[in-house]
Amino acid sequence: MNFSHILNSKKIALSVVLSVFLTFCTCKTFAIQHEEHAAEAAAETEHEEKFEPSEVILEHIADSHFFHVGGHISFPLPVILYTDKGFEVFSSEKFEHGHKAHQGKYYTYALVKDKIKVVDAEGKINEEAKVYDFSITKNVASMWLSIVLLLVIFFSVASAYKKREGKAPKGLQSFIEPLIVFVRDDIARPNIGRRYNSFMPLLLTIFFFIWINNLIGLVPFFPGGSNLTGNIAVTFVLAVITLIVTNINGNKYYWKHIFLPDVPFWLYPIMWPVELVGVISKPFALMIRLFANITAGHIIVLSLISLIFVFKSAYVSLVSVPFVVFMDVLELLVAALQAFIFTLLTALFIGTAVEEHHH
Amino acid sequence: MELVTPEIGLVFWTTVSFLILFFLLAKFAWKPIMKAIDERERSIEDALLKADAAKEEMSRLTNENEALLKQARAERDQILAEARKLKEQIVAEARTTAQTEGARMLELARIEINNQKALALTDVKNQVAALSLEIAEKVLRKEFEDGSKQDALVADLLKEVKLK
Repeated sequence: MNFSHILNSKKIALSVVLSVFLTFCTCKTFAIQHEEHAAEAAAETEHEEKFEPSEVILEHIADSHFFHVGGHISFPLPVILYTDKGFEVFSSEKFEHGHKAHQGKYYTYALVKDKIKVVDAEGKINEEAKVYDFSITKNVASMWLSIVLLLVIFFSVASAYKKREGKAPKGLQSFIEPLIVFVRDDIARPNIGRRYNSFMPLLLTIFFFIWINNLIGLVPFFPGGSNLTGNIAVTFVLAVITLIVTNINGNKYYWKHIFLPDVPFWLYPIMWPVELVGVISKPFALMIRLFANITAGHIIVLSLISLIFVFKSAYVSLVSVPFVVFMDVLELLVAALQAFIFTLLTALFIGTAVEEHHH
Repeated sequence: MELVTPEIGLVFWTTVSFLILFFLLAKFAWKPIMKAIDERERSIEDALLKADAAKEEMSRLTNENEALLKQARAERDQILAEARKLKEQIVAEARTTAQTEGARMLELARIEINNQKALALTDVKNQVAALSLEIAEKVLRKEFEDGSKQDALVADLLKEVKLK
C-alpha cells in the first residue's frame, strides 16, 4: 500500500516540526541546568566554589569548535588548519573538550581558551609556529544553517511567483512580499534614486541575511544560540562588502568630492586624509554598530540568567526570567531594526556614491 | 580584546558563504521575484489607467449621445415647425382660392340674374304694350260703334289741325 500521502500531508510535516521543537524545549530546561552546572563545576575547580559570570558569558558569545546541544552532549566540528607546512584536517572530537592535545601531521595542537595553539611535548605553547584556523566553527555551521534556510525560503517564494504569475501573493509569499517591497520602496528607492534596481539584490541579501542570523542567535537552544551577527568577523565582512560596493560604484562627482572638494587648494593636504577617513569610517561604524548591538543583547540575557547562579538561589529566577523574556522580546525588535539600519545605511552610502550632481 | 579581533577563519568562511548566498539568491530568487512584483505592479497600473480611459470613453459616449439626442430633438422641432408652416400655407391658399372662386361665381350669378331680369322686363313690357293696345283697341271700338261720335272726333281733330 502507498502511504506517501500521509507523509506528504502538511499536517504531518507540521506536527513533526512541532514535536522536534518541543523535544528541544524539554531538553533545554535540563540542558541549561546541566550546562550552567557544568560551567559552575568548571569554575569551582578553578576558582574554588566561585561562579565567574563574565567567563561564562564570554564563552557563550564567543565562537567555539563544538556545537553544544545541552548537558555534555555536543557535536564535534571539523578543524581545518593551515600551517606553514600545509593543511591539516581533523575532528574537534580529538581535543575531548579541550582536555587533551592532538598530535597532528605537522604539529601537536591543543585548545587554549577555545583557540587552537601549537604546543610542544610538555604542553607549552609554541608561539613561533604559524597556524591559521579555517575550522568550521559553531558560527560557520550556524551561518550555513541560516543560508540553507534563506535558500529554502526564497527559492520557494520565487517558485510561488512563477506558479502564481500575476495573481495575488499567498502563504509565505504574502509574508515575504511586503518585506521585499519595504526594502525597495523605503530603503533602496529614496536613498539610491534612479539606479536603485541594480543594488536591490545586494540590499535584499544583506537585509535577510542579517535578520535571520539575528533571529537564530535569539533561539536559546540547538541549533540556534550562536552569536554570529554579534561576531566582529562577520560584521567586518559585511562592512567590507558595503565599502567595496560603494567605492566601485562611485561616480566622478563622488571622487571629485573626495579629492577635489570645494575648498582652497592649499587645504587639500588636510582634506584628503579627512575624506579618506570618512570613506573608511562609514562602513567601520556599520561593523561596530551591528556587532555591539547584538553582542550587548546576548550579554544582557546571559547576565540575567547568571544572576540565578551568582546568588545560588532559584528564587532569583522569579525576577530574572521575566526580565529575560522582556529582553528577548526587545531583541526581536532589535534583530529586525539592526538588519534595517545596516541595509538603510548601505543604501545611503551607495546613494551618495552614485548621486548625480547638477551644478 | 579577543572579542573585537576578527578571526581569519570566520572572515574567510563568511566571505565565501555570503558571496555564494548572494549569487544564488540574486540569480534564482531576487531576479524572478523582483520581476514578478514589478510586472504585477505594472499590470495593476495598466488596469487602473485602462479603467480611467474606459470611464472617459463612457463619459465621451454619453456626451455624444446627449448631443445626438439634442440634435435629433432640434431636427424634429424644425420638421414640425416646417410642417405647421406648410399646413398654414396650404390652408391660406385654399382659403384664397375658395374666396376668389366664390366671388367669381357670385359675379356670374349676378350677371345671369341681371340678364334674366332684363329679359323678364322686356317680356313684361311687350305684354303690357300688347295688352294696352288690345285695351285701347277694345275701348276705341266701343267708342266708335256710334258714327256720330266718329264724326265728332274727326271734326275735333280737324279743328286742332286748323288751329295750327
